[in-house]
Formats: sequence, structure tokens, C-alpha cells
Amino acid sequence: MSSAGAPVDRAERTDREHVRRIGLIWLVLCVIALPLVYFVLGPHLPPGNDSYQAAAQQQDNAVLAAIATPVFLFIWVYIGYAVKNWRIPADTPLDQIQDGPAIRGHRGFQITWIAVTTVAVLGLFVFATVEMAVDYGAGTGSGTSPIWTPAGFSTSVKDSKLLQVQVIGQQWRWTYRFPQYDGVETADLVLPAGQQVQFNVTSLDVIHSFWAVNLGVKADANPGVNNIAFVETKAVGPVDIRCAELCGTYHGAMAQTGQVMTHQDFDTWIRGQVALHQDLIPQLPAYDDFYVPQTDGGYYDPSQDPPPPVDSGLPPASPSPSGSPAPSPSGTDTSSPSPSPTSS
Amino acid sequence: MATDIAAPGVDTGGTPEPPSEARTRRWWRRSGLPAAVVGAVVGYLIGTYLGTWVGQDNQQVQGMGHNDFAVTLGYLGGTVGWLAGMGALTYPVQKMLGHQPAAEHEHERSLGRYFRYTLDHKVVGVQYLVAMISYFLVGGLFALAVRTELLSPTRHLFPPGKYLEIVGEHGTLMMMMMTSAILGPFGNYFVPLMIGSRRMAFPRLEALSFWLTPAAFLVLLSGLLIGGFPAGWTGYAPLSIQATQGQDAYLVAFGLMAISMIVGGFNIVVTVINYRAPGMTWTRIPLFTWSMLVTGMLMSLAAPVLVLGCYLSLMDRTVQTALFDVEHGGSPYLWENVFWFFGHPEVYILALPGFGIAAELLPVFTRKPAFGYRIVVAGMVGVGLLSFFVWQHHLFVSGINSDMRPVVMLTTEMISIPTGFIFLAAIGTLWRARIRLTVPMLFILGGLFNFLIGGISGVFLSDVPTDAVAHGSFFVMSHFHYTIMGGYMFFFFAGLYYWLPKMTGRMLNKRLGQVHFWTLFVFFNSTFLPLFAIGELGMPRRVFEYADSLQALNMWVSISAYLIGVSMLIFVYNFLKSTVIDPPSPLPANPWGSRGLEWFTSTPPAADNFERIPTVVSGPYEYGTGAGPMAVFRDEDLMQPEGVS
Amino acid sequence: MNKSGRIGVIVAAAAAVVIVAASFVVYLLAYPPSVSAATGGSGEAEVTMQTVPAYNQEPEPTWVSYMIQQGGSWVHTTMFEVPAHTLVHFTVYQFDTGSPLRNPFMNQVAGTVGGTENIDGKDVSIFNGNEGDGIGHSFAIPALGVSVVFPGISANAQNPCSVPAPCPTTFDHTTITFTIQTGDPGTYAWQCFVPCGLGYPLGNGGPMSTLGYMNGFMKVVA
Repeated sequence: MSSAGAPVDRAERTDREHVRRIGLIWLVLCVIALPLVYFVLGPHLPPGNDSYQAAAQQQDNAVLAAIATPVFLFIWVYIGYAVKNWRIPADTPLDQIQDGPAIRGHRGFQITWIAVTTVAVLGLFVFATVEMAVDYGAGTGSGTSPIWTPAGFSTSVKDSKLLQVQVIGQQWRWTYRFPQYDGVETADLVLPAGQQVQFNVTSLDVIHSFWAVNLGVKADANPGVNNIAFVETKAVGPVDIRCAELCGTYHGAMAQTGQVMTHQDFDTWIRGQVALHQDLIPQLPAYDDFYVPQTDGGYYDPSQDPPPPVDSGLPPASPSPSGSPAPSPSGTDTSSPSPSPTSS
Repeated sequence: MATDIAAPGVDTGGTPEPPSEARTRRWWRRSGLPAAVVGAVVGYLIGTYLGTWVGQDNQQVQGMGHNDFAVTLGYLGGTVGWLAGMGALTYPVQKMLGHQPAAEHEHERSLGRYFRYTLDHKVVGVQYLVAMISYFLVGGLFALAVRTELLSPTRHLFPPGKYLEIVGEHGTLMMMMMTSAILGPFGNYFVPLMIGSRRMAFPRLEALSFWLTPAAFLVLLSGLLIGGFPAGWTGYAPLSIQATQGQDAYLVAFGLMAISMIVGGFNIVVTVINYRAPGMTWTRIPLFTWSMLVTGMLMSLAAPVLVLGCYLSLMDRTVQTALFDVEHGGSPYLWENVFWFFGHPEVYILALPGFGIAAELLPVFTRKPAFGYRIVVAGMVGVGLLSFFVWQHHLFVSGINSDMRPVVMLTTEMISIPTGFIFLAAIGTLWRARIRLTVPMLFILGGLFNFLIGGISGVFLSDVPTDAVAHGSFFVMSHFHYTIMGGYMFFFFAGLYYWLPKMTGRMLNKRLGQVHFWTLFVFFNSTFLPLFAIGELGMPRRVFEYADSLQALNMWVSISAYLIGVSMLIFVYNFLKSTVIDPPSPLPANPWGSRGLEWFTSTPPAADNFERIPTVVSGPYEYGTGAGPMAVFRDEDLMQPEGVS
Repeated sequence: MNKSGRIGVIVAAAAAVVIVAASFVVYLLAYPPSVSAATGGSGEAEVTMQTVPAYNQEPEPTWVSYMIQQGGSWVHTTMFEVPAHTLVHFTVYQFDTGSPLRNPFMNQVAGTVGGTENIDGKDVSIFNGNEGDGIGHSFAIPALGVSVVFPGISANAQNPCSVPAPCPTTFDHTTITFTIQTGDPGTYAWQCFVPCGLGYPLGNGGPMSTLGYMNGFMKVVA
């Protein structure tokens, strides 16, 4: 019935039939794939379940994957169907090719498409914003003044009920300071399980990014900035730590493993660290939100600037950077009782 | 306007014109490639001398043992000398001095005109094509070096510093040099033909935009010889301020390419607005031309910000301003914001031309009108507009004001709506079509498949909680390789296979083209699909060490990458064989049976494109409507009552 | 040009490209040489290093640098090999002036046998770089938790080293020894943590970021 160059003979199928066939294939595949993606793959998606923030991210990954699945399937099914059914040989001589139907648009289809994509997008936006609010930034670095903070948050270390851990990025290692434990600085990250933690991430030189992979924490370490991220740990286990922002030659070597321990073990460990470093602590600078680097090493404290000349029009010497007591030779922070562990 | 280059002796098809004063000069006194090389060397030496003199007593320079003034001024001087030798400055200087500029003749049909500063947009298009393919292949070699290093997490092939230099060169070559990979060759070549114009609005700017690219390319590659740059293609300060002299090469090269983008894009915008033939209304402009228009606008508006960023960084590195230097009051966020304000429109500069080609070719190979023409246009314009409001999604975890994040998340999610319109158009155009799976069509379908994956993975990145996992990891890498290589480059190849018969009168071999497509498609996906998983599992970008558990996946990816290289070799072989080695075989003027106006010129088109400016009577996608040809060239044909829509 | 001519041109161009690419590859692959630790008494290993205030010769005359001794002569490298599960004794001659550390955390010795280092004959577990002559350079292997600092010579020293590296010990210097116990085989990155890249912003550019000067690899071999 068909001559060379004429369409593969589907002329008797109506538009509606094509829509039904495509829709059916798509629906069947969706019904198979969606549960697999959300219920089987979902619980195994990165970053896992080791903290509440990581669990929220995993949930978000699963939701997005579930929404993406029908989209992928629709486009693949459609293109596959079109190529199979509406194809003519590629080397058909030009004078034997018949043009297709002159369909310039279809209002119903276009409106449906725009409506569905808009609703999906707005829905995702609302979902993610809620998740950020509920999980206090969902593990991301939320800047100096986060708008969603857990109960017990305070801008002053003394009043904070969260475990404060300052993550100091430098070229090319991480160190950690615990202002609630005499401002001791350690080479390893150890956290208690079941604890609301506030990471104060900063850098001494260039931009790094503190990425605790299985805790779901990622916060850029910027010099001169205190980037706050919240996480609530769950169970005992290791913590994979990476640097996620190119910071120079050994960016790839800034990888280590931390540990989440029970509260008792953490207490033992941190006290051991304080004892081990008790001669060092006085030599450390006073705990502060950030430490402005200086070319020849050491720290820059604007409060130590000489006052400008009287008639220079410059303001008087600025006070020391936000939130901290004036630096003292002993360098210790006024210690607070250790933060209370939150229940589950 | 047309009289500027229609000087006496215009060639209308092969008659030799009497040699003019300009032609009789000896080859070493004429502008051209030899003079450009000499100019580059002289300019480089002058710049280096000047920079040494300025900087040598500087304390910082003495401590470093390297003089960034000398390096920067050397590169800039070399570029000015290169352009001067090429003849780019002749006309402006003569005009400024009040002289009558010499008439330019470049209508001889020799191979030499491809190495000259030419005002013929078609020659510039071919120059761009060869150049872009070369830059792409060189960038690809660097990619293979990266993948070789990543075969093992513990055994290191390159020293870590050199590895970062290689990563940076790969990224910068691709993102910087290849920005005009579609606009340069196909935009410059075909936009005037598609709108029925004899010429571009600013032919000299167009040629300038091309001749800046070899300069930028050489500057960038030479950076490797002076220590390379450790900051990747994104060049974050303060790391870029700390880096040794190779970073100057990056900053200068990027600045040069930004200028190339600005002038090239601006030229296209003005041409499309002002040089349309009679009857070429806004609703009859081909969709490819629309994409070039929006891309040109983005280039003109976004690239100046990049020039600013590069300039500021160079200032910080040389005269020690403190814009990015925290200890003296600068901000580490400044570069991120300035760069990504350019950087985000940049990626849409990469995406839109691909959409344009897809929208342009689908009607031809489905024999149907473009479905939803106005929606596609709205989509392109919407993407272009919105692209200026989303850049902060690159800074989600950087500690920016946390009030901003939901806002930027919303705009970024919203930009996926107009992006989806190209898929809407594709679906509608394929409906009940007469699909011919020619090689260009294969690349279009493959490109759509890849871009879908790339686009959806972008949604994961636009969502802050999922971005927390993916930012700075190989997930991001895979996302942009899918959109840029899987989308943009696949569409580039589609355009190449499609338009080469018009540009050169040669068609690329079909069998080899099919092998090229299938090998590229399969190996591209096998390379980049696992990278999504690798990134989510905790491998950051730009690292030379990684967790042992990820070695198997990395080895798979590396081997796949080598196979992509093999696919590219097949393409190169096909390209050389079909265009250079094989003798030409007779080819119909319109081998694909397209309605587009560009196919109704001779092959290759005459110097002035059209003998007479055509009058456009119908759109380019009127398949199946019984409309006649898109344009008429003779007044008599205008009188025809039928066949005119 | 006829067909074989065209093929010839293409082959020649391809060959030129391959040669240029290969030269780049060879250039990029270049590592500084690797030094093997000397074998001391009773199966223990010895590594002798020095840190100089300026290399004073091409290619980087103004850069600070490490040098490692091999068989009595000094090699300009930061790559060395030590045996696994062995005590390795390091001797370092430090010729540079000092400054405070960017992060005084590393004032305290870590990862050595006994938790101490020996500075000019005296064992210390912590050295306050904020005072006195400061710290010239340091040696740290972050992956192994090793960190030792090398005090600087006085800023008023009478006889600082000014010759092309290596510096003979007749010039002013401090002498530091320490011992580490190596574990399983592997390749470990090590670096100096003093921002000693003179002239580079933050002091971390230049030699600090370049293999063979202020950072390198310690390869523990079975």
C-alpha cells in the first residue's frame, strides 16, 4: 500500500489513538519505575541517614528522583514511539517526500505543559524551602546570620545550648576548635552522637569548603567570614570529611575521617585533648568568629590599630570583630558548661 | 552602508579584478598572518620590557622572583601587536587620523583569504569552524590527561600542582574558547543568509572577534610553560591572587575572549535587528536566528562583567589593590559574585545556540512546521532574561545571606520552565511527522536525550538541600558536561553535518557520520552517567586523590573517556577525508530539502550572498501548508497570486 | 594540490601536533627526583634535610626550599622514600629567619616518637612561634598526624646563608631532630605550614604551592 517515501502506514490511526498508546506505555512504565525509584532506591540514596540533615537531603533526593522519573519516561517513550512509527527512510529522494501535517501548535497541549511544569517547579520550591526551615538550613553553610536556627541557638557562645565546633580550613588541612572547652584546637573532628552541633566554618587563607559527606554538611570556609551550619548527629560512626572547593595544590589531600562517639566517649576524648594541649592553649589566639590572615603569619586584630590622626576624617579604631571578648594574653574563652545533649 | 565594502572591483563570481594599490605591496609588508606573528613578538617584547621596568623595584615582585606586570603587559602587548599585524587596527587608525582608508579587497577565491583579516562573514565563519574544532580537540586532550590521572586514587601520574594546571587548562579551553563554538561558525556564516542580508552590520568587529581567539588560545596555553594556574576555570580569588604568573595568562586570555564575545554578539544583534530583508518579519525569522539574537544579547551584557572581574584580579595581583584580599578589607565573595554574574548567562550562551539548532533542524527532518514557534521564541527570551537572576545558586553553601537562598532557588527552578519549551517544541514537531534519521537528525535526537539528563540534574542542583550534597562534587561536573557536551556539542555536530554542504559543497560521509554519532553517544553516556553517582558518593571536583571504594567507577569512566577520544578521531578522519582529501563530488544545492533561505544561494554562496535582496513571502517552516518558496528574487515573481502566504 | 599532496600535508600537520602534545606531556610529567632514606644502625632509617632562605640559583632564585641529602650530597627535591614499620630519624638544618605560624596550633609537636622534637640539643614538646625568633619552616604530614616546627635563626644573625643552595652548616642555622614510626606502605603528602612564600599574598603561593620546594611526598615502601 505504501510507496517508497510514503509514511509507514499508520494513516488510519487517529490522534486520540496515538495519545492513548503513548499514554498507556508511559503509564505502565511509570507504575513499575516509580515505586522502584522511591521505595527501593530512595532509602539507599546518598548522603545516607547519619544525621537529620543528611536524612532530609536523602529524602529530597528521593522526591526529586521520583518526580524526574515520569518526565524522563515520557520523553523517552515519546521519542521512541515517534521514531518507530513516523519514520521514513533517510535516503528517500527529495522529490518523493511528502510533507507532514501542518500542525503549528496545539493550545491544549501547550497550556497543559506549561501548567504542569509550573506547578511542579513551584511545588519543589515550597518543599525545599520548608525542608530548609525545618532542618535549619539542611546542613548547608547558612552564613553569618542564619534565618532558621534550632532552639538553643545564640549568637554568643556563652549562651548557646548547641555544641560549638569551629572548623578552620587552611592550606591544606582542617583543624577544629571547641570554644566551650577552653578553646582547645584539635586535628581531628570528634562529635557526640545525638547532639545538635553548630559548625562555625572559616578559613585562614583562601576559600575552602567543609564537606562532612555522611553528615550532610557542606559549608564554604571563607577567610574573614563565619559560615554557620547546623547538624544533629544520630548514631555512632565515622565521618567522611572532604574539601569541596578548590584551594590549591593539595586540595585533593584535604580528606580525613572524623568520628561520632557516645557522649561519654566524647567527654573523655575532649578532656584528653584539653590536657594534651594545655600548654598550647595559651599560645592560640582568642577564640573568635574568624581570624584575618596576615602575610607574615599571626593574626590581625583591628582593635590594636593605632588611632588615626585627629583631623584625618577617619573613624576611630574599630572594635574587635563581632561577638567575642577582647583578646587576652591567656587566650581562653570564658568557658560554659558543656552543652546538653538533645534527646533523640 | 553597502558601499563601504562594495568598493570598485567587487567580484561577482570569479572575474579577476585589476590589482589595486593594496595588493601590489610585497607579502611581508602587507597585513596578514606573517605580519601578525612579527607584531605579536614585538608587542610581547615591548610589553615585557615595560612591565619589567614598572615592577622590578616592587618589594612583592622581588620576593616572588616573578614580575606579574611584565607577564600581563607582555601578553597584552603581544595581542595588540598580533591584531595590528593582522590589519585589525588599520581602518580605525586611518579614520582617526583623518585619512581615507585604503579600499579592502578580499574577493579573490584563494585559500589565502582564510588566513587574513577579512570582512566576508562567510570566510569568518569557516575560520571560526576550523579554529573551534581545533580548540575542542586540544581541550579534549587535556581531558584525557585528567582521566588518566584519575585511574588510580593513590598512584599519581602528574605532580599535584601540574594536575591542577591540566584541569584548569581543560576547563578554561572548553568554557572560554568554545563559548562561540556555534555562534562563531554558524551564527556568523548563516545569520545574514537566513535573514536575506548581503552582509553583517559590523564586519570588522566580527573579524576582530575571530582573530582574538587564536591570541587568547596561545596566551592560555603558554600559561602552562610559566607555571600554569591552580584555580580552575572559575578562578576563585583569593587563590587566584596567590597564584604564580600562569594565572595572569588565564586572566588575560579570559579578558580577550570576553571582548571577542562582546563584539561578536553585538554584531549579530545589530545585524538581526537592522539587516532583515523586506518581508522578513519577526515571526518569520528562523528559530536559529532568534537563538543567535538572544545569545548575542547575553554576550554583550554579561561578558563586560567578566572583563571587569579579570581586570580587578590583575589589579590585585600587580598593583596590590585589596579588592579580594581579606586582610586589607577586601571580600572573598566579590570575585564569586562578579564571576558568576557573567558565568551564569555564559552557560545559557552555551545552551541557547544548541536549542536554536535543534529548533531549526527538526522541521527539516520531520517535514512539519516548527511546533509552537512563538513559545520557543518566548522560551529563549525568557531563558535569556531569567539567566541574569540566578547566579547565586553557585553560592548556595558559601555563606551568602540566607534570606537570598529561597529567592534564588525560586528563580533557578523557574528557569527550567522556559528551558522545557524546546522539548515542548520537539515533541510537537515530531508528532505525526515524516522523520528522516539523517546524521544531523541523529545528533539532534541524541542531543535532546543528553540535554534532558543534564537539565533534570540541574534541578537537583537548584534545590538547596540536594545541592548540599552535589555542590563542588562530580555531580556538578556531570551535570554541566551533559548540558554542554551532551547538548551543545551534539547540536554543534548536528549543525556541522547539516550546513557543511552549503559552506563547502561537500557532504561528510554518511556511514562514518553514523559511526561517529553512535560511538560518541554511547561512550559519552557511559563516561558521564557514573559521574553522577561518584559525586553523590563523596568525590569532590578537581582532586587527585579519592576514596579507594570509588576506584572501579573511576576506571570505567576513564576508559570510556578514551573511547570518546576514538570517536573524535573518527570524526576528524571523516572531516578531513570529506572536505580536503577526497575530490569533490556533485552535490545538489539543497541536499536536505530545507525551506530555509540560506539554501537558496549558490554553493558556496557568492561574495555578496544574494545578487538582489530577496523579498520574503513566507516563513521557513511552512512544510505541509502548500506555501511556495520562502522568498522571491525577481519582481515578476511577486505578482504571483497563489503560493504566497 | 593533488590528493597525495593533500594527504601529505595532513600527515605532516598531524605529526607536528603529536610532537607538540607529547612535549607538553613530558614537561607536565616531570617530578623532582626521589631520595631513599639512608639506613642507620639496627635497621632504622635516617633522613637528613635542610631548609634554605633562598635557593639562589635557577630556576627560582628567590624561593625558599627544602633540600634532602642522599649519600652525602644534597638533592633539590622533596620526594623521599622510607621503609614501612620502621623508626625513621630526621635531622634538619634550618637556615632561614622565622615568623609566627599562621595557625599556632602547630606550635605543639605531634606524631613523633615521645611527642617531642630536639632543637639544638634540647627536647621540647611545644615551641612558641609567637615569641622570639619565630618559626622558620615546619614539616607536617597531615594524613599521619605528624607536625614539627623548625625555629628560625635570629633576625640579627651575623652569618646568614647567602650562597646558592645547599647551605653548608658553617652558616647560622638551627638543628632539629625528631623520630617517627612509619606504618603501612603508602604515599603521604607532606608540607610546610609556615606562610613562607615571600611576596605572595597570604604567603602560601610560590614555593609553598610547588612540589620540590616546600611540599612533597613521603613514600612508605614495604
